[in-house]
Amino acid sequence: MSAVLFVAQRVTAAILALAVAVHLATILYAVRGGLTAGEILARTHGNVAFATFYAVFVVAVAIHAPIGLRNIVREWTPWRGVALDAVLAVFAIVLLVLGLRAVMAVYA
Amino acid sequence: MTESSSMLAVEVWRGAARGAFQTFRVPRRRHQTVLDVVTEIQREQDPTLSYRFACRVGMCGSCAMTVNGRPRWTCRTRVSEAARDDGTLRLEPLRNFTVVKDLAVEMTQFFDKWRDARGYFEPGANRGGDFAVVPPASAARQAADAAIECIGCGVCYAACDVVAWDRDYLGPAALNRAWTLVNDVRDAGNAARIAAVAGDSGCQCCHTHMSCTSFCPKAIAPTYSIAGLKRAVVRAALKGGRR
Amino acid sequence: MMRASHRQPGFVAALLHRLSGIALAIFLPLHFLALATALDGAAALDGFLAVTRMPWVKASECALVAALATHMTLGLRVLAIEFLDVRERTAAVLSGCAAAVVAVGLAFALGVG
Repeated sequence: MSAVLFVAQRVTAAILALAVAVHLATILYAVRGGLTAGEILARTHGNVAFATFYAVFVVAVAIHAPIGLRNIVREWTPWRGVALDAVLAVFAIVLLVLGLRAVMAVYA
Repeated sequence: MTESSSMLAVEVWRGAARGAFQTFRVPRRRHQTVLDVVTEIQREQDPTLSYRFACRVGMCGSCAMTVNGRPRWTCRTRVSEAARDDGTLRLEPLRNFTVVKDLAVEMTQFFDKWRDARGYFEPGANRGGDFAVVPPASAARQAADAAIECIGCGVCYAACDVVAWDRDYLGPAALNRAWTLVNDVRDAGNAARIAAVAGDSGCQCCHTHMSCTSFCPKAIAPTYSIAGLKRAVVRAALKGGRR
Repeated sequence: MMRASHRQPGFVAALLHRLSGIALAIFLPLHFLALATALDGAAALDGFLAVTRMPWVKASECALVAALATHMTLGLRVLAIEFLDVRERTAAVLSGCAAAVVAVGLAFALGVG
């Protein structure tokens, strides 16, 4: 199980390295002179490439973040075991659902 | 500085998991090592002080303990280099080990983890064949040689924060030894070994703090050995998925 | 007195990496919820964005952008050591990461301020 989690976290890390670089560049470009909903939505409405990119981003984060948190909780608190894994799986689903919902919100 | 012109204040841990520091005063001498200081205390001042040493020349690793917060070999630590500015020394047993008494620690769990990481040679079934040919310049042998000099002193294990946070973590020494065997072309047990280091207490617990590499008295870099194990684990996991 | 192992550059790197990760994990659901206010139309998202013009919010945003840059650069360090067999042991890489983070944080602050 752990080898799978380790591989998943490192693979998503590599994906996120690219995605975050793009995202940071986009943020830095987009916030110049302030930010409005109109500006954001003008870029994202109906933009399939954008939606695909951010959907992949969301899936990668939903895998990467809970595994990282698992390490932190197991090392810095006494909590470990199946209960912890279950809670983090729920957190992963929460991130996935909220994230894809947000992508849909600005795409549709 | 003449021989007895100044005194060293040495705070020494007494007790086991619970205890207290006891301060001794020892004359400062030229070229004095911390082992000299501890030995002088035990022989001249308090024979009930417990500590370990053997070779006293930096070969066996028995004298490892925490000197002013750093895990090191006392026989290879000059007082002139280790003492704080105010001329004090604080001596404690190695971190992450169960204290037996004073400065002596229980090494059993450390070596049990070597066994759990399969840090031992597996000869395999074919004993009747000719000698194995292992070119010293081959990449695998060079990787093994870079890590092979470990004498099991426990300094890296004491320095490791992840061992402090997760007592199940196999630790840098056990994993380093496993890496040397992963690179040993004669070894027949690597499938099981990689599985052993891939568990929840295995190589992936390492977060590259690199304290082990920084403190190893033999200049071994367990961090890079563990990185090699991580790559081996990933390779095995990806291959396993394709079966 | 800080424990000796905590003065290692690798420990500082790992700690910053971990703390920035925690910050991002907390922030992310909120970020998704904020963006999803657009489901109620552009006006709803604008209403939320008005909040973001307050100075303390701008400061938090800078901190989050810095956290993202920190987490990414230090994550790249880990990936390099683990998978590219990079033999890094000094604080040089850490300084480089810090410089990159400051650059990104400043670019953001200047852009949005």
